[in-house]
Amino acid sequence: MAESTTKTQQISLSKGLNLGLRRALEDDPKVLLMGEDIGKLGGVFRVTDGLQKDFGEARVIDTPLAESGIVGTAVGLALAGYRPVVEIQFDGFVYPAFDQIVTQVAKMRARALGKVSMPIVIRIPFGGGIGAVEHHSESPEAYFAMTAGLRVVAASNPVEAYWMIQQAIASDDPVVFFEPKRRYWDKAELDPTATPYPLYASRVVRQGTDATVVAYGPMVKTCLEAAKAAEEEGRSLEVIDLRTLSPLDLEPVFASVRKTGRLITVHEASVFMGMGAEIAAKVTEKCFYSLEAPVLRVGAPHTPYPPSRVEEEFLPDLDRVLDAVDRAFAF
Amino acid sequence: MVTSRKGAGGKTAAAKKKAGAAGPDLVQLLTPEGDLVEHPDYSIDLSPEEYRGLYRDMVLVRRIDAEGTALQRQGELGLWAPLLGQEAAQVGSGRAQTAEDYAFPTYREHGVAWCRDVDPVNLLGMFRGVNNGGWDPNEKNFHLYTIVIGSQTLHATGYAMGMQRDGREAAVIAYFGDGASSQGDVNEAFVFASVNNAPVVFFCQNNQWAISEPNERQFRVPLYQRAAGFGFPGVRVDGNDVLACLAVTRAALEHSRSGNGPILVEAFTYRMGAHTTTDDPTRYRSSEELEEWKAKDPIMRMRSFLEKNKYADEAFFTEVDTEADTVAADIRARCVALPDPKPISIFDHVYAEPHPLMDEERAEYGAYWESFEGAH
Repeated sequence: MAESTTKTQQISLSKGLNLGLRRALEDDPKVLLMGEDIGKLGGVFRVTDGLQKDFGEARVIDTPLAESGIVGTAVGLALAGYRPVVEIQFDGFVYPAFDQIVTQVAKMRARALGKVSMPIVIRIPFGGGIGAVEHHSESPEAYFAMTAGLRVVAASNPVEAYWMIQQAIASDDPVVFFEPKRRYWDKAELDPTATPYPLYASRVVRQGTDATVVAYGPMVKTCLEAAKAAEEEGRSLEVIDLRTLSPLDLEPVFASVRKTGRLITVHEASVFMGMGAEIAAKVTEKCFYSLEAPVLRVGAPHTPYPPSRVEEEFLPDLDRVLDAVDRAFAF
Repeated sequence: MVTSRKGAGGKTAAAKKKAGAAGPDLVQLLTPEGDLVEHPDYSIDLSPEEYRGLYRDMVLVRRIDAEGTALQRQGELGLWAPLLGQEAAQVGSGRAQTAEDYAFPTYREHGVAWCRDVDPVNLLGMFRGVNNGGWDPNEKNFHLYTIVIGSQTLHATGYAMGMQRDGREAAVIAYFGDGASSQGDVNEAFVFASVNNAPVVFFCQNNQWAISEPNERQFRVPLYQRAAGFGFPGVRVDGNDVLACLAVTRAALEHSRSGNGPILVEAFTYRMGAHTTTDDPTRYRSSEELEEWKAKDPIMRMRSFLEKNKYADEAFFTEVDTEADTVAADIRARCVALPDPKPISIFDHVYAEPHPLMDEERAEYGAYWESFEGAH
């Protein structure tokens, strides 16, 4: 095994994904990477940097600029026994592939009564906060989470990214893998010899007693910062990184709410029909008598993603989270 | 079976005329009158037994198709997509494939399925509503029927890219129709196949009608010519001529198998029946047009050919018709015996790995359904 996959090191989230992909390519000759500009350029976020050079053009494939074509050919490669990992360059560009993902990838196994599988990973950088032009800052996760046959996960930090991408590739089900775009350059220490946390499990990332905050992807960091600020104000927030959006793993959330009595869900996607709605419904059903306040949701208004000069106001931040916490205590 | 590009070897004594009526851009080896004609690029030379085999295939396939329509009319199927008129395109291209090749069909490839030895009852499941496909695509290298128009051309291209990486001595054949040629996925498949030099034959059955929309609502240049813009060859074949379809598809598959990349075959044919059993073609096309195409019927011309060359006698034709009725009766019996799936089975194959929501809902809905008297 190469030193890069055994030595403890400081890595960015982008590098974590890069190392995870490298390890998957090394471990299984059937793993292929496909996407626009992922070869010599290494992807627009450099996630695949150096991989085509080391694994060749047949395994790290620069595709034509056509998202439906990328996912549609990945379906064929999966049928032929490969495990394609597809990169969609930006969240807002996944829609041309939506039909192939929802109609073909998600349903193929059920249509074949289990006689074929679709071990495909569809990587999507998501979310805003980078001052991008239109269609580069979206949060389309709920579209995929509501589609049976897909699994949907979101990584929140460099170490999670390293492990989760490998676990997603090893999964025999199709996985839509959301990467928090604005956190690509966050750094953390990775120990590649550690035992990874299971992929389809949510995780308490900060213990607390007064209220529970659930987030995923880029908002986990925001919520951790909010919890720190709340602590200074004398409130103890428990923060849960959801990690898996389909299936949901809500047992840790139920346990937390039974303890704190208050829940705030946080995501960049719109509040209306967002992941928070499903979580709120489930928590209300399972923890009705523990709740001291209604479940409150923090997210985006029901508008298209705005021009970047107003994204700071549009995106949930520390203050919006704390405001929701205040409202939860005001009931 | 021998087919080749350039240079015919004269194995049988069937009389050949010089090419003519079909026109220079349409490969035809057998005229509607049942006479063999020569073509500069394609030829065919089969034994009498092989000629009879193609006739038998087409008769059986037409009979199976008629049974599908009858079963729908009698309420045993929810829907049927008839292939009536397209038997030559499907049997010719179907018999051109080797066992190692892989076919990606639309929902109308009953004739191709027959040639690939797929049990016709498998095809009926989705039309009856007992499954959404259900057969093992790898058993006969025949993928599940695809309903969303054109999607399978990308799957075929990806599969071909897999074959290419594995160094398999085989090619993929992707079926689609004239209507699908307008879909983005089909054009993206052309691009992906071209730049990857993927071993895939794009086999378009141009049956003239995309439900109610004629060719001129889909394209303004002949379809086979479109291939040139994508950087691979295209050829138009008389889709009602089983011999030409066989010769052209065999050459096309060999082209792709040999590392020459994709190729487009446009089989110029006609959907003599409805788009599906819910359709009423009298609303959009003339009976004169239908009559014109009936005169080019793929089965009749093959029968004329067999008769003219004394490759088959009356007893043979009677025997094939009897066999067709037997096959149809068997399919009917097995179709009506197909059991309805148990409601609880809808949870079974959604995911390959354990999934908590599947378990939770299986238990929840299962208990609810079981709470009724006489539940499954």
